[in-house]
Amino acid sequence: MAFRCARGNAIPVLLKKSGLAFLHRNVSGFLDQIFVLGKQWLLSFLAGAPDWVGQIASSLLNISALLAVFLTLFALMSLFERKILARIQNRYGPNRVGPFGLLQPVADGIKMLIKEDIVPARADKVVHFLAPILIAAAAILALGIIPYGRNMTPFTIDGGILFFFAVGSTNEVGVFMAGWGSNNKFSMLGAMRAIAQMVSYELPLIITVLPVVMVTGSLTPDAIVAAQGGYSLGILPHWFVFTPWGAVAFILFFVSGLVESNRTPFDVPEGESEIVAGHMTEYSGFKYAIFFLAEYFGMFAVSGLAVTLFLGGWHAPFSVLQFVPSYLWFFLKLGVLLFVFIWIRGTLPRIRVDQMMSFAWKFMLPMAFTCVIAAAIWHYQGRRLSGSLWSLGWIVLVYLTLSRVLGVGKKFAPRTYRFAE
Amino acid sequence: MSLSTRAQHSAVEAPPGMPSRLDGELLEVSMGPQHPSTHGVFRMNVALEGEVVRRLKPVFGYLHRNHEKIGENTSYLGSMPYTDRLDYICSMSNNWGYALSVEKLAGIEVPERAEYLRVILAELTRLVNHASLLGFLLSDMGAWGTPLMYAFRERENILDLFESLSGSRMMCDYMRFGGCRCDLPPGWMERARKVVDGFPHFLDEFEQLITGNEILIARTQEVGKLSAELAISAGITGPGLRASGVNYDLRKVDGYGFYPRFKFRVPLGEHGDCYDRLMMRVLELRETLGILRQAMDDLPAGPIMNPKVKIRAFKPPVGEAYGRIEAPKGELGFYLISDGSGNPYRYRVRPPSLINLTVLEDMCLGHTVADVMVILGSIDIVMGEVDR
Repeated sequence: MAFRCARGNAIPVLLKKSGLAFLHRNVSGFLDQIFVLGKQWLLSFLAGAPDWVGQIASSLLNISALLAVFLTLFALMSLFERKILARIQNRYGPNRVGPFGLLQPVADGIKMLIKEDIVPARADKVVHFLAPILIAAAAILALGIIPYGRNMTPFTIDGGILFFFAVGSTNEVGVFMAGWGSNNKFSMLGAMRAIAQMVSYELPLIITVLPVVMVTGSLTPDAIVAAQGGYSLGILPHWFVFTPWGAVAFILFFVSGLVESNRTPFDVPEGESEIVAGHMTEYSGFKYAIFFLAEYFGMFAVSGLAVTLFLGGWHAPFSVLQFVPSYLWFFLKLGVLLFVFIWIRGTLPRIRVDQMMSFAWKFMLPMAFTCVIAAAIWHYQGRRLSGSLWSLGWIVLVYLTLSRVLGVGKKFAPRTYRFAE
Repeated sequence: MSLSTRAQHSAVEAPPGMPSRLDGELLEVSMGPQHPSTHGVFRMNVALEGEVVRRLKPVFGYLHRNHEKIGENTSYLGSMPYTDRLDYICSMSNNWGYALSVEKLAGIEVPERAEYLRVILAELTRLVNHASLLGFLLSDMGAWGTPLMYAFRERENILDLFESLSGSRMMCDYMRFGGCRCDLPPGWMERARKVVDGFPHFLDEFEQLITGNEILIARTQEVGKLSAELAISAGITGPGLRASGVNYDLRKVDGYGFYPRFKFRVPLGEHGDCYDRLMMRVLELRETLGILRQAMDDLPAGPIMNPKVKIRAFKPPVGEAYGRIEAPKGELGFYLISDGSGNPYRYRVRPPSLINLTVLEDMCLGHTVADVMVILGSIDIVMGEVDR
């Protein structure tokens, strides 16, 4: 059942189908499709209206669902991040507002709203005002193409992956607008760093997607998820992360994702201890909150795409667990990735800009290309065990050569010291 | 006003004294005094070429409070609690430095038990200082608070000990010329032993966490190198000097207190970079634990105060004295001139933080902005001591 939400004329047909399904399907199937059916029920009130009304209503429903879900997730995430970080750091974290501090995001939101909105006297006021809006809009748009569950892609676009990156790179314009418009040297430094790192890491980010696109032969996220369905021996899912090229590409994608969403250890553009807050230095009140929102939405988008591309999207990890609704699997995987984001933030120091750049160009990029070739090897060996071994061998070979050529271990190593009595 | 003219307007109208164009000119950034990681109200006027530091001018004095002049106008005893505020992380060491110079000035003997207590407390202070320094340094490097909180957990234990002994956690005001203010409360030594015995666990964990970390190694090795020649000629002391390979530890050189009675080694670096300075602290912590164990085992019974000293109406004979100790940050000296009255004629502090800070520009030139913070953190300054 290929449900295209944007296609109004399909709705009556689907309604008939799902109405029958409603009676015959078992409970898990119903729970799996509950949101889809709910939307169809809402749209059924417009059954007599022209097509374009149905289309607009369908889009609006998708948008409001998307915003509602992710704004809630943003609030929860900001709380959980503080809680988890606190636990890592041997503290309690917020626990004053509401039970277990659950209302802390509300308190934060109110605080941010009623704070004074300061615009520097010498700032370029229009650019300064537009920057957070642009960043937030880009982050929200990128969320639109991700399949959150079976038949639950808000906007099915043929070049969905392409759209994701096109929209994602708009972020850079916003960051630079913020840095330039603030007329502050720290902001400017932060913006310069942000542009440099985002442009450098966009390359490995996109090239690690390439093997997936090659293997599935499609740029549509739904098709990529569908290609990862099925299980070997009933336990091993056909997720791309379980192939050698997929595993490496996933790690590279995740690291690039860390950079793209400005997270530790790559939070160089807003390096708090160095350049105060980078491009956000001159922002206060709700505009500052919007920057945070954009950062989190960016994190959701990158994690969501990682789940879609490598972790099987909404597919269950074991065939026996398929009765659990598909969107729960998606958000569970998303949650795990987000936890890793927080875990890394609580653990690692920040890397320096020049080290980060050389890491991108000298290591990430060659490894990303290696993945492309490894995927090709895997494919032409018939996608079997022998193909996996050959591609693994190729990756290991390149990795060892690279680490030998770069010689990082020789340059930096722990030392031993002498003592005077 | 349209967008384009607006942008032009702000580009032309640069702040006074700043170049209006960015064509290869240096970008001057004033880092501090309101900056997240300048360790207090410290300011650096940095000229940047891209990200690289081409010029760096430290500006300080924001915390100046006439410490020395006030010292000349108060009694000898009156300065004692005020020395706590110099390096507010290590008040016990400051007390000892001042007590030592007054004792030198007036030729006062200190009872054996008091000397042992001083060693124990000064070394506990060293644990506090070095542990928090490692935490702060990692924080400057962007490890968001975790190492700092781990370090502060250990610091809390030691501050609890200080509190039960002196009544205050940070401003201890514990030592007096001729001994110490009060004896240990019951059960103190057992608790102290527990803290000292638990410390290696933290140290192992911490050392594993930081010294094996690739990012940390890449961020600190070959960064902020300080040659032994420059270190000596600039008067650098403490772990910063020893990281450059100079074997100079006042506990060995002067042998003040009862330090000659204890067995300990002095770690020495050879590169003089941030990594060496950081490791000096880690290694010193281990040696300090050894000293603490020996001192706790040998602590004799007896008085803690020389009964002949009248600390209230204290009038030392005419003369001058310079007492110095190996504070956690380096050589902490107090220079006193007495004219026979109840106040010192001249009271001068030789703060290790200030003098170690003088080579900041030499260490930072050619490195990036991010390195400046690491270098500053590795020098280990406290503004209370720099500005006095």
